[in-house]
Amino acid sequence: MFACIYIPNFLVAAALRAEPELKSHAVAILEGKPPLEKIIAVNEKAVALGIAPGMTKAQAELCPELALRLRSPLQESSAHAALLDCAQSFSPCVEDAACDTALLDLAGMESLLGSLPEISRAISARAKTLGLEANVAVASNPDAALLAARGFSGITVIPAAKEAEHLGSLLIEVLFNERIEGEERKSAERLLETLDRWGIRNLRALAALPNVALTERLGQEGLRLQQLARGAASRTLVPVEVPLVFEEAIELEHPVVLLEPLAFLLNRLLEQICARLASRALATQELRLTLELSNLTGVDDEFENVGIPSESDGSSESPTTSQIISRRQTRFTRTLRLPLPMLDAKIFLKLLQLDLQANPPGAPIVKIHLAAEPARPRSAQGGLFLPPSPEPEKLELTLARIAGMVGEEKVGALELLDTHHPEGFRMRRFVAEVARKTPQKQSPDLAQASSAITAMRRFRPPLRANVTLDNGQPTRVACPRKKEVQGEVLWTAGPWRFSGDWWEREAWSRDEWDIALQSSNTIALYRLVHDLLGGGWFIEGTYD
Amino acid sequence: MSSAVLSNAAALRRPFIFDAESEPEVPCHPEQSGACAKHMSRDPRLASITPASQLEIRRAPEMVSSGIPELDALTGGLPRGCLTEICGPASSGRTTVLLAALAAATCRGEFCALIDASDALDPHSLAAAGVDLDRLLWVRCEDSSPQRHRDIEKTKNQKEVGNSPQGNWKFELNNSGQSGRRLEQVLRATDLLLESGGFGLIILDLADLPPQIARRIPLTTWFRFRRAVEHKPTILLAIEQQPIAGSCSSLLLQLGVLSTQYSVLSSNGCFADRVADAERNKQELQPTHAQLLTVLEINVELIRSRLERKPARSITFETKTAWAG
Repeated sequence: MFACIYIPNFLVAAALRAEPELKSHAVAILEGKPPLEKIIAVNEKAVALGIAPGMTKAQAELCPELALRLRSPLQESSAHAALLDCAQSFSPCVEDAACDTALLDLAGMESLLGSLPEISRAISARAKTLGLEANVAVASNPDAALLAARGFSGITVIPAAKEAEHLGSLLIEVLFNERIEGEERKSAERLLETLDRWGIRNLRALAALPNVALTERLGQEGLRLQQLARGAASRTLVPVEVPLVFEEAIELEHPVVLLEPLAFLLNRLLEQICARLASRALATQELRLTLELSNLTGVDDEFENVGIPSESDGSSESPTTSQIISRRQTRFTRTLRLPLPMLDAKIFLKLLQLDLQANPPGAPIVKIHLAAEPARPRSAQGGLFLPPSPEPEKLELTLARIAGMVGEEKVGALELLDTHHPEGFRMRRFVAEVARKTPQKQSPDLAQASSAITAMRRFRPPLRANVTLDNGQPTRVACPRKKEVQGEVLWTAGPWRFSGDWWEREAWSRDEWDIALQSSNTIALYRLVHDLLGGGWFIEGTYD
Repeated sequence: MSSAVLSNAAALRRPFIFDAESEPEVPCHPEQSGACAKHMSRDPRLASITPASQLEIRRAPEMVSSGIPELDALTGGLPRGCLTEICGPASSGRTTVLLAALAAATCRGEFCALIDASDALDPHSLAAAGVDLDRLLWVRCEDSSPQRHRDIEKTKNQKEVGNSPQGNWKFELNNSGQSGRRLEQVLRATDLLLESGGFGLIILDLADLPPQIARRIPLTTWFRFRRAVEHKPTILLAIEQQPIAGSCSSLLLQLGVLSTQYSVLSSNGCFADRVADAERNKQELQPTHAQLLTVLEINVELIRSRLERKPARSITFETKTAWAG
């Protein structure tokens, strides 16, 4: 058995998917270069208002209740991708018949998903969650299912060998895809005209015509159409390998300047993307947000070197130079990389909000494009006796909030670099899921040795010091910036010379001393550094 | 807040006696507690009072190793679900204890967080102490916020194109609030990490903050931290120069350095241990390049413990420098 998912009035459906609040309004889709835009699709409410395809924009604007939208190829491709996601969540064999039609092979699915009516209802419900109002039809061959989906709204299940009976009442127009263009459309129109002259208005009448006579008059195309009308056409599906692209976009009528309404729109796009990912049992590890910004750039002169009437002329004519204020659009892109694959629209929204608060676009937004990189969802085996670890989603939010306070480069895990430089480390992303190493069980000696290592505290930046030397040994140290670090040197050890990176621009060379200074009631130990290249003395840290 | 258990004496109308050192009284005779409850239920004035014998005994917190055996002998370890303060002046061993606790926690497989108020952590000391760097989240607080960095850059750019210096003046005026901003970052980061949960050890490193600034943290904040970590398997550890959390901390340790030891390069080219006081250094004839700091002797004094233990009051332990071997 085969199923067909058909989106009626696809252009309007794609627009309504991006703006669900327009479902209760009359909507018309425009196409063409201004000012010659024409209406190419309308919904039922617009038809009731007397709006029809082919009307000009000016004519349509006379109707105040009508919502006009420009045709958006990006929204259409998102809707088409959502349609295929819906189909592929029910069957691995899916044919991409048209941008508004998908055919599925349901062989073997009944034992998994239930009876054919149950499968049809599930497909319809899944399409609804993806923002699509779809007609679903099931029949024993793909073409019969397709005709039923085009002709009947809602859910239709045609038992085997009953195709002709069920399809007979459909109008002859369902045999042709309404979206065909060019020569194909002309040929279809000629055929329809011929059939209309013969009084053939529905599929039952076409199916009843004698084969030979029909072939003689209309050729192989006529025979093919008759087979379709009888529901007897048989073919195999041509499965499509759909690239895993999860993108959603929305173009705005009015630029958005505040983050709050932007968050509302982002939430909608994120929910759609997450629903599509969930239908494929996938998660995402990277989100790319691209905002098209609107910027007023200034003035461009359309005509150059044209005489502008001067004040002395006293001319009352308007200047011949016309000035055009051009709007240039710039793009603002942010990429959110997650440490682990996740699928939670609320978490994504919060992370994007925090990121945009820290890095605002700086200009009004006219278009939003959101893409997610698919990834296998993570699988983790919990354990009763494992030590607790932070939840990845919660941790990611927490780290984003902390990064907003202290800076992205100031929070994370440490990684030591392969260098002798004292500050030879870098910050990297902190991930709560470490490859489960067995918690180190040290030998008692090692445990004792490693647990009581004298630590150093660093001053960042190092404190500049004024050092008094005696025979090359520091005898007195004073730090202007830190009053408690000053006094006579009670004890010294060193110097020890370190240097490195001499092959790089940032070569370093220094002498290090360990010194003891009297500090109020106690003695404090410091590391004193003499920068051999720069010539300065610094207190780099304290032993604590 | 005291964790002592009320005595049965209070329920039985005998003089109320509170003794922090006493063992909690557990009713050994069920009939006695039943009779007590009956007695109280007869008197309407006592109907709303729960007898002490029926109060839920608060469990002693789980103690885990601090990574230093002598310290564990003194306190029993570090308590989970409680706030511990470690105080001391510079070079008193606070950071050594901090790193030892981190090493012990990461060895147990726990994730740890260090909120570094002064950005003073030394990565090499961390590695030498045996801390698993993958399990440590380091939050480096500083005086200026990321927005401040952008403002500073903007001010600099304005100065370059010849705008008025008023932007610079504004920047200088805001400098005085930098310590407050750093403290705010520390407190907010702590709040967020405690709320997030999942960490075995969270450390607030306030060791380099001047006491007068650290004391600006209100007690209500410490109380909030303590409540946040209660009933969780998280150790909250604060390192500072002087005690500032008041009664909110369950364990308060005071550190001080007793002595330092250094090794001297002997004739065969090896460093041999030798005990020496820093004050007598001037009389030493050994050249400075032949001396090497090797050992710090740290004294730890237990100032306060609300935990169920009768420990010794102070101990001493040695720490060795990473190159001491």
